[in-house]
Amino acid sequence: MSIHDPQAPPEVRLDAETESQADLTKEIRAIHRAYRDARTGDVDAAGPEETGPVRDFAPYRSSLLRHPTKDLHHADPETIELFSPVFGERDIGPLEADLTVQHGGEPIGERIVVAGRVVDGAGRPVRGQLVEVWQANAGGRYLHKRDQHPAPIDPNFTGVGRVLTDDDGWYRFTTIKPGPYPWKNHVNAWRPAHIHFSLFGTDFTQRTVTQMYFPGDPLFALDPIYQSIRDPRARDRLVAVYDHALTTHEWATGYRWDIVLSGSSRTWTEPEDGDE
Amino acid sequence: MSDAMLRPTPGQTVGPFFGYALPYERGNELVEPGTPGAVRLHGRVLDGAGRPVPDAMLELWQADPSGAVVQRSGAIWRDGTFTGWGRAATDREGGWWFRTLEPGPTTPSPSGPRRPAMFAVAVFARGLTDRLFTRIYLPDDGGPDRAAALAADPLLAALEPERRATLMATREPDGSLGFDVRLQGEGETVFLDLGKGTPGHAVPDPLSDSAHGIVRGSAAGPPSDPLELADPSGAVVTPPVEPVETTPPVALRQAQDPLGETRA
Repeated sequence: MSIHDPQAPPEVRLDAETESQADLTKEIRAIHRAYRDARTGDVDAAGPEETGPVRDFAPYRSSLLRHPTKDLHHADPETIELFSPVFGERDIGPLEADLTVQHGGEPIGERIVVAGRVVDGAGRPVRGQLVEVWQANAGGRYLHKRDQHPAPIDPNFTGVGRVLTDDDGWYRFTTIKPGPYPWKNHVNAWRPAHIHFSLFGTDFTQRTVTQMYFPGDPLFALDPIYQSIRDPRARDRLVAVYDHALTTHEWATGYRWDIVLSGSSRTWTEPEDGDE
Repeated sequence: MSDAMLRPTPGQTVGPFFGYALPYERGNELVEPGTPGAVRLHGRVLDGAGRPVPDAMLELWQADPSGAVVQRSGAIWRDGTFTGWGRAATDREGGWWFRTLEPGPTTPSPSGPRRPAMFAVAVFARGLTDRLFTRIYLPDDGGPDRAAALAADPLLAALEPERRATLMATREPDGSLGFDVRLQGEGETVFLDLGKGTPGHAVPDPLSDSAHGIVRGSAAGPPSDPLELADPSGAVVTPPVEPVETTPPVALRQAQDPLGETRA
C-alpha cells in the first residue's frame, strides 16, 4: 500500500507529496531522544539495550498499518524451531557469488568485494548456511518492475546473489557498489546505498533479513528505515568497514561486514567459549 | 543471555524489491502434485485496515509426518526430496499457498508429552521493520491424541481463546488448510518472541539425533517418499549421501529479460 493511496484510511493517508525531510527528521529525532533519555536516567529503570528496530516506527510510513500493535508473545522454542533448513551445493550455482559475471558483459560501476563471517551470539561460526543478497545497480535502480526510478537499467547486472558460508562462517560476494535511490516516503526521500542480506543460522529462531550499508553515508541521519533502529550502537553494526586486506590489486575494493545472529536458543546453557 | 554474548546484527525490512530475488521456482511446493498425503496450506496476509498485503513473503519450516526434523538439502533445487522448508511470496490479493505434508507431533524429550503438530512460520513484508515469527497449528480434527496435545500445549494454553484462534489452521471443505496472517488490528495474529530459553524449560539437546528422530543426509538420488524416510521408532534415519553431480543455473529466474521486466 502506498501512503498516498487514495483508498488508504484517512489516518494513514499522509501527504507524501508535501511532507518534508525536515518534518521527518524532526520526528525521528524525537523518537530517538525519548529512547536516549530513558537510558541515561536511572539505570535500573531503563529498558534493555535495543538490538534491533522497533516495529512501530511511524516515520517509516509503510509500517503504519503493518506493524503488530500487541507485544510479541514469549514462547519457548519447540523442537522444529531449534533447527534450520539445510542447504547444499546443489541448491546454488557456482557463479551466484559473483554478481558481475551473470551476463554477457561487465556491469557499470565500482567493482567491490563484500566479505565477512556469520557467527552466533557466542562467536561460533555458522557453517555451510545460505546467504542471499539483492541490491540496486550503480545508478540506484533495482531490476524490479515496480522500481520506477528513472535511472538506467544495466543489462549486465541483475543484482541477486547466493552463497554458502564456509567452515569458518565466511561468505564472500563480488559485486558493484549500489547507488542511493529515491523513494516515496516523503518529499525528496533517498535511501542510503545498501545491500539486502537474507541469513539463516543453526536455529529457525535466528532467521533474519537485514541491510548492509557503506561507511560514511551522508543519508544515514535522514533515512527512516535505517533509523528505525533506535540504539546507535545497533545501527553501527549494519555498516561495513572498508578493508584494504580485501581490496585486490587493480581489480576491486573490499568491504568487511561480519554478521552476528541472535544467541542460539538451543545452546543457552552451554559455556560461552568462542567470544572473539 | 549474558553480556558475554555478542550483540546481534539488527534486522531490517525486506523492502519492496525482494520479489525478483528471494522467491524461486516451486519454492512453495514442498512436495510434488499427487504426492500421497499432500495438503494445500493457504491464506492471505492482511494489514490493519483488512486490506491485502501484496508484497509480503512467508517461510514455512516443519517436521515431516512422523514428527522428525528433516536435515536434508535441496529446498531450492527441488528434485522431489522433502526438505521441510518452503518460501512463498504473496500475490496481488495478498494470497499465498504451499503444497506440503502435514507435520507430525514432535516430542521435546523422549519421555515427555508430545507437542501438537504445527508449522513454524517467518513473515516478511515491506513496512515490517523486522521479520515476525508465528506458528500454524493443525486443527483439532486428528483424533483424541491431537486434541489432547493441543489442550496441553503451553503456548496455546497461555492465550485467551480469541488470540489462540489466530494460530489455528482451519480445515476447509476441500480438505485444505486455511490460515490468514493479520499483521495488525482485529484478529491480529499472535507473533512470537522465541528469543530466550526459560530456566526450568527442558531444552532438548540438538546434538542428539535420536532424541528427535532427525533425518539427515543430502540424497540427490530419486525422489523419495518422505513417509517412508522417517523411522516411526524415532531412530536416526540417514539416507546415503551421494555425490552432487548437477549444478543449478545462475539465479536469474525472474530477470532474464531485464528490459522486459521493467516495461511490465
